[in-house]
Amino acid sequence: MEPLQIAEKIKEKFPDEVLEIKEFRGQASILLKKDRILDICKHLHDDPELCFDYLVDLCGADYSESKEKRFEVIYHLYSMTHCHLIRLKAEAPAINPEIDSVTSVWAGANWHERECYDMFGIIFKGHPDLRRILMPEDWEGYPLRKDYPVEGPEEEWRGFKAVLDRAKRFKEFEWHE
Amino acid sequence: MEALEKKIETKELTISMGPQHPATHGVLRLVLDLDGETVVKCTPYVGYLHRGVEKLGENRTYFAALPLTDRLDYISSMNNNVGYVNAVEKLFGIEAPERAKFIRTMVAEMGRISSHIIWLGTHVLDIGATTPFLYAFRERERILDLFEGLCGARLTVSYPRIGGVRNDVSQEFLDELYEFVLEFPYRIDDYETLVTENRVWKKRTVGIGVISAEEAINWGLTGGMLRGSGVNYDVRKHMPYDAYDKVEFDVPLGKNGDCYDRYLVRLGEMRQANRIIKQCIEKLPAGPVMADFPKFTLPPKDLILKDIERLIHQFVLITKGPVVPEGEVYSASEVPKGELGFYFISDGTGKPYRMRVRAPSFVHASVLPKLCEGGLVADVIANIGTIDIVLGECDR
Repeated sequence: MEPLQIAEKIKEKFPDEVLEIKEFRGQASILLKKDRILDICKHLHDDPELCFDYLVDLCGADYSESKEKRFEVIYHLYSMTHCHLIRLKAEAPAINPEIDSVTSVWAGANWHERECYDMFGIIFKGHPDLRRILMPEDWEGYPLRKDYPVEGPEEEWRGFKAVLDRAKRFKEFEWHE
Repeated sequence: MEALEKKIETKELTISMGPQHPATHGVLRLVLDLDGETVVKCTPYVGYLHRGVEKLGENRTYFAALPLTDRLDYISSMNNNVGYVNAVEKLFGIEAPERAKFIRTMVAEMGRISSHIIWLGTHVLDIGATTPFLYAFRERERILDLFEGLCGARLTVSYPRIGGVRNDVSQEFLDELYEFVLEFPYRIDDYETLVTENRVWKKRTVGIGVISAEEAINWGLTGGMLRGSGVNYDVRKHMPYDAYDKVEFDVPLGKNGDCYDRYLVRLGEMRQANRIIKQCIEKLPAGPVMADFPKFTLPPKDLILKDIERLIHQFVLITKGPVVPEGEVYSASEVPKGELGFYFISDGTGKPYRMRVRAPSFVHASVLPKLCEGGLVADVIANIGTIDIVLGECDR
C-alpha cells in the first residue's frame, strides 16, 4: 500500500487523534495526539490489511521553543507481509512529558523506550523497567535535549571521583613478611 | 544412612561478567544470577562505550558528520558509511553516478566479508575451536590491504562520500580483488571442514539460543538473527539501494532459529557477498565517481583553484553547509549485523536538526536475557557470539 493510503486509513479510523499528515521523499509521517497511542498501535499491529508487525525504531525529538508541545516520540513501523513503512509521531508536552508504553504490542520497544527516557526524560507509563540505559544510573540531566550543552555539564560526574578513589585504595597494599 | 538423608542447601550466586572480559567482544556487562550452572536471570548493562554520536551529529554539517559513522560499527566501517551516504542523498534529493553505486556495492560487500570473518573467528574461538581464528584473519588481512591501497585507511575508512565516492578505483585494485574473489570460496570450504560437521560444535550450538520467527519479528531482530529463524527479510531486496537491484544474489535462510542455523546463514552470506563482488567487477560501468550538483556536493579538488564559482561553492558548503529542504527521511541499509537505519530531521540549515542512528546491535543485545535464561553458563558464551554484537554500534 502507498504511504499516503495508509495515512488516510488511520485518519478514517481515528479522526480525532490525527493532527497532520505530511509527505516528503515518498515517505509519509502522521502527527498524532498522545492520548490513544496504545489503541492506535494495537490496531496497526492486528489489522490484517495493515499488519505492522515489526517496530523498526522508536526515538524522541526535542523541538524546544519552536513548537507548542516540546517533545515528539517517533515510531517507524514496517510490515513484513505487505512491505510498507509508515512513521507515527506523538506529541508530548514540555512539563511532565508522559506517554503510554507500547511494550505490550512490540517487545522490542523495551530498550528503545529506555533510551528515549534516558536521553529526553520522557516517561513511558506501563513500562516494565524504566531506568537509564546508556548513561550511568545516577546521571543528572537529559543529554539529547536542546538545552543540554554538547561539551557536557560543567561539574564532573560524582561517580568519576568515586571510581578514582576506589582505584587509589586498591593500589595501597602491604607486603607481608 | 542418616547422613545421606541430610538435606543439601543451595544458594543462588550472582556474578558480574564484567565490562572487561575476553568473551564479551567489547565492553558489555552481564549480571548473571546462577543456580548451580543454570542461569536464572540475566541483566545486560550497556553504555560503557557511549560517545554521544547523535548529539555530535547535531552540531556538524552533513559532510563533517561522516567520520562519526565510521566509528559506529568499527569492524565494517564501509557499510556504515554507505548507509549514511544513502540516507543523506535521499534527504538532499540527489543521486550518485552509476560507477559510484557499483563501487559502493563492491566495497560494502568486502566489508561484509571482513566483518563475518571476525564473527566466525571469535565465535568459534570462544566456544573452543581455536584453529579457524587466525586462518580466517589471513583473508581479512588481504581485504584490509586492499582498503589501504584504495583510500589510505584500513579500519575507519571514510571512502563513500555524499554524491559518490572519494576517488576512483585503479586497475591494480580490481585485478587483485578479482584474484581474491576466485580463491575465497575454497577458503570458506576450508573453514567449513573444520567446524560445520564437527560433533563438538554441533553439541554446543544446535538447540541453543532458539528464537522463533514471530518472536524475532516482535523483538525487532534483523540480519542474521532474523534470517536464522526463517524470515525472508533483507533490506537489500526489500528496499534496494545502490546497485543491489542490478546484481543477482540469494538470501540464505535458516529453519530452527538456533545458533547453528545462524552460523550457516552467515557462512552463506559470505559466499553470496563473494558472488556480488565478482558481478560488480565484471559489470563496472565507466563514468565519473562523484555527482555534480553544485549546491549539494563538493566540487573536484583540482578545479577549485581554477574556477571562482567552484571555489565559492566549496567554501560555502564546508563552512555553512548545504541548503537542505525541510523534512524528515528514514533510510535503511543492510550492514553485516542487521538493519542500520538513519533518520534525519532537517530544519533547512546545513546541520541536521536530529540525527538518529537505529543500531542493530542495540536491539540484539536486548534479546540476550530471553536467549540465556534457563540455559547453562556455557551457553551464555555461545549466545553472545551468535548475536554478533559490536558495542560501538550498540552504545553509539
